[in-house]
Amino acid sequence: MTDHPAGKDASDTVTDNPWRQLSEHTDARIGLGRAGGSLPTAPHLAFQLAHAQARDAVHLPLDTEQMMDALNARFDQVVRLHSRAGDRGEYLRRPDLGRQLDEKSLEQLSAMNVEQCDLSIAVVDGLSARAIHEHAATLLDHLIPGVESRGWSVGPVALVEQGRVAIGDPIGEVLGAHMGLVLIGERPGLSSPDSLGVYFTWQPQNGRRDSERNCISNIRPRGQSFESAAKLILYLLDEASRREVSGVELKDDSVVDSELGDGSQGNFLLPRNQRS
Amino acid sequence: MSGYYHDVGSRRYRFESLKTLMACATPERSGDQLAGIAAPDSETRAAAQLALAEVPLTRFLEEMLVPYEDDEVTRLIVDSHDQAAFARVGHMSVGEFRNYLLSHEVDSNALAALSAGLTPEMVAAVAKLMRLQDLVLVARKCRVVTAFRNTIGLEGRLSTRLQPNHPTDHPTGIAASILDGLLYGNGDAVIGINPATDSTGAVVTLLKMLDDIISHYGIPTQSCVLTHVTTAIEAINRGAPTDLVFQSIAGTQAANQGFGIDLAVLREGREAALSLKRGTVGNNVMYFETGQGSALSANAHHDVDQQTLEARAYAVAREFSPLLVNTVVGFIGPEYLFNGKQITRAGLEDHFCGKLLGVPMGCDVCYTNHAEADQDDMDALLTLLGAAGCNYVMGIPGSDDIMLNYQTTSFHDALYVREVLGLRAAPEFEAWLERMAITNRQGRIIVDQHLPAPFAHALTRA
Repeated sequence: MTDHPAGKDASDTVTDNPWRQLSEHTDARIGLGRAGGSLPTAPHLAFQLAHAQARDAVHLPLDTEQMMDALNARFDQVVRLHSRAGDRGEYLRRPDLGRQLDEKSLEQLSAMNVEQCDLSIAVVDGLSARAIHEHAATLLDHLIPGVESRGWSVGPVALVEQGRVAIGDPIGEVLGAHMGLVLIGERPGLSSPDSLGVYFTWQPQNGRRDSERNCISNIRPRGQSFESAAKLILYLLDEASRREVSGVELKDDSVVDSELGDGSQGNFLLPRNQRS
Repeated sequence: MSGYYHDVGSRRYRFESLKTLMACATPERSGDQLAGIAAPDSETRAAAQLALAEVPLTRFLEEMLVPYEDDEVTRLIVDSHDQAAFARVGHMSVGEFRNYLLSHEVDSNALAALSAGLTPEMVAAVAKLMRLQDLVLVARKCRVVTAFRNTIGLEGRLSTRLQPNHPTDHPTGIAASILDGLLYGNGDAVIGINPATDSTGAVVTLLKMLDDIISHYGIPTQSCVLTHVTTAIEAINRGAPTDLVFQSIAGTQAANQGFGIDLAVLREGREAALSLKRGTVGNNVMYFETGQGSALSANAHHDVDQQTLEARAYAVAREFSPLLVNTVVGFIGPEYLFNGKQITRAGLEDHFCGKLLGVPMGCDVCYTNHAEADQDDMDALLTLLGAAGCNYVMGIPGSDDIMLNYQTTSFHDALYVREVLGLRAAPEFEAWLERMAITNRQGRIIVDQHLPAPFAHALTRA
C-alpha cells in the first residue's frame, strides 16, 4: 500500500468521461476514461482482478465435503459421483468425458437399486465450483417446498465432480427419472464468476440432444434471483409433467427477462418525439 | 497415387488420404486432438508438412476431402472453380505455391486475379506450411474492399464493429454502450447487436432503434441485429429497416444444417436485404461469422481438420459478396483452441485464408475464461492482425461482453492499434468523427469534459 494507490488516477494525464454516470444503468464497462487513447491504470487493474477471479473460479476444486454436508442436510439419499474426466486439464480438453460417469460411479449408482423416481437432481461443478459452493444450497431451499407440495419423489441427489450438463442423462437413466434437473456452475463471465445454471430434461437418458433441454441461466445475487429461478423451474416441471416434453417443444431454450419493451423507454440517444 | 508419404531417415511416414495428410500437417490444436485426427507426435506433424509441400495443387481438384455427392459446400467449391484464374499457379506444388505467394513479384493485383482460381483446401494447405510472419506478409498484400454506407478494407484502414450487447436488451444499456463506442471513434464496420431474445418482434424493435440513432446523428455506418437469417427475412417482411443480414456459417453442409441453414436460404436472405436498396456507396449486404471447431461441435466434420473446414466456410461466404466476415477465434472454447498460442495462430490462419479467397476478413480477437489466455495474448494477436491488414475487429466497452460472457477487443484497443500502426477508420466515418469533433486530423480522440453538442444534449435526457 502506498499513499497513491493504483485505484486513483489523480493526475491530469487521465481524461475522465462525463458519461460515466450512465454506468448505473448497465454493467458494461463504459466511461472508463483514457490515458492518451489507452485504458487508465485503475480500470486496467480492475479488469485484471475480475479476470483473475474468473480464472480462479474455473480452477477451484469442488469442496465435496462442504457440499455433501449441505445435500445430506436436505435430502434422504445423496451420492458422490465423478465423470470420466480425470482432472481439470482433461475436463477442459475433453468435453465428451465430462458428459459420462466413470465406471465406479455407474456401479455405485446402479447399486442403489432405484427403479424409478419423479425427479433426479444432479449438482455439478461445471466450469465454476464457486457457483455451486455459494448458490446451490440456496437455490435448492427455494425449490424444495414446491417439489414436496407436488408430492414428487426425488431420487438420490448426485454431487458430481468434473461434469458437464449432459451428465444428468446417464444419472437420470439409471434412476429411471421422469424429469431431471442439473444444477451446474456456468462458464464464468468477467463480472460473474459465480453464475449458476439449471438445465431441465424430460426423461433424461443417454443421447438426449441439447435442444431437448431447457436452461435457466445467470442465477446469482446480481443476476436472476433465486426466487424467480425456482419459480421458472417449477413452471417448467409443471408444464413438462402435463405435456411430457422438454426443450424447444416446451419453450424457447433459454428463458430471458427482456427489458427491451418498445425500444424507446430509456433510449436517451433520441429525443422523445423521434423514437419510433 | 494411393496415399502420401515422407521418409525421415529410415522411417517412412505414410498418410492414407489427403484429408489425413492435411490433418496431420496442421500445427497442434486441441480441436483436432479432440476429433482424434491430429498428428500423434511432432515428428509425424513435420513429416506430414514435408509430404504436403510436395502435393501438386491440382490434386485438390481431384481428391475431395468432403465428398461432392454428399455436400453442397463441396459442390459450390468445385462448380464455381475458375480454371483460367487457376492456370497461373496450376503447375505448382503446395510448397512452391508458398514461395510464389511470398515473392516480391506477387502483388495485390496478382492475388485478386488469382482468388477465384483457388479452393479453400489449397489455401488451407499452404497455410499449414506457413509461419505467422508468412501469414501476415501475404495477407497484407491482399485487398478486399467492400461498401454499404462507407468503404471498408482500404489500405491503411482498420474498422471496428461497435458491439453494444446487453443481457436484457435494455434500451438505456444499449444506448450507453453505443455512446461510449462512438465517442471512442468506434463503429465504422457496423453497429451490431447480439440480441438477448431472438423473437422477431424484439429484432424489429432493435433494428428500428439502431436505424433511428444512425439517422439522427447522420453516422456513415450500417446496423445489424445478429439473429438467424430466417428471423431477419421475417423482420424485413414486417418492414424493419434492415441494413445487413447476418448468419453464422460453417464449412460443411451438415454443419450448416446444424445452424438451420443452407445455401438457398442465404440466397433468399441476401435478396431480401438487396431489395431494400439501403446502401449508399455500395451493395454488400451480408454479414457472416465463423470459427474453427464449429463443424466438429455439430459432429459434421467428416474427419477433416478444423482449419480446413473453416477455410471452406469462406467459400460459402464469398458466394454472397458480404460486407463483413469475421472468425470469432477464441469464442468456442479450449476444447478447440486451447491457449493463447493456438488462438493467435488460428486467427492469423483464418484471416490469411479468407483474404486469399477474396473474403473481406475481420476478426473477433477473443477468449473465454476457461481458455489458457489473457489480455496479453489478445494484444499480440490484435497487433499482428493490424500488421496483416485485417479489415476490422470488434469494439466493446472495456473488453467485457456482459451478454455473451467472453472478452473481446475494446474501444481503447482499436485506438491503440491505429496509433502504433498508423491505421485509420473508414474514410466516410473518419470524416464524420472529425466533423463531430470526436477526433482530430491525426485521428486521435479529443473528447474531454465538454462533449460534442449533440451528445451533450443526449446526456441531459439520460
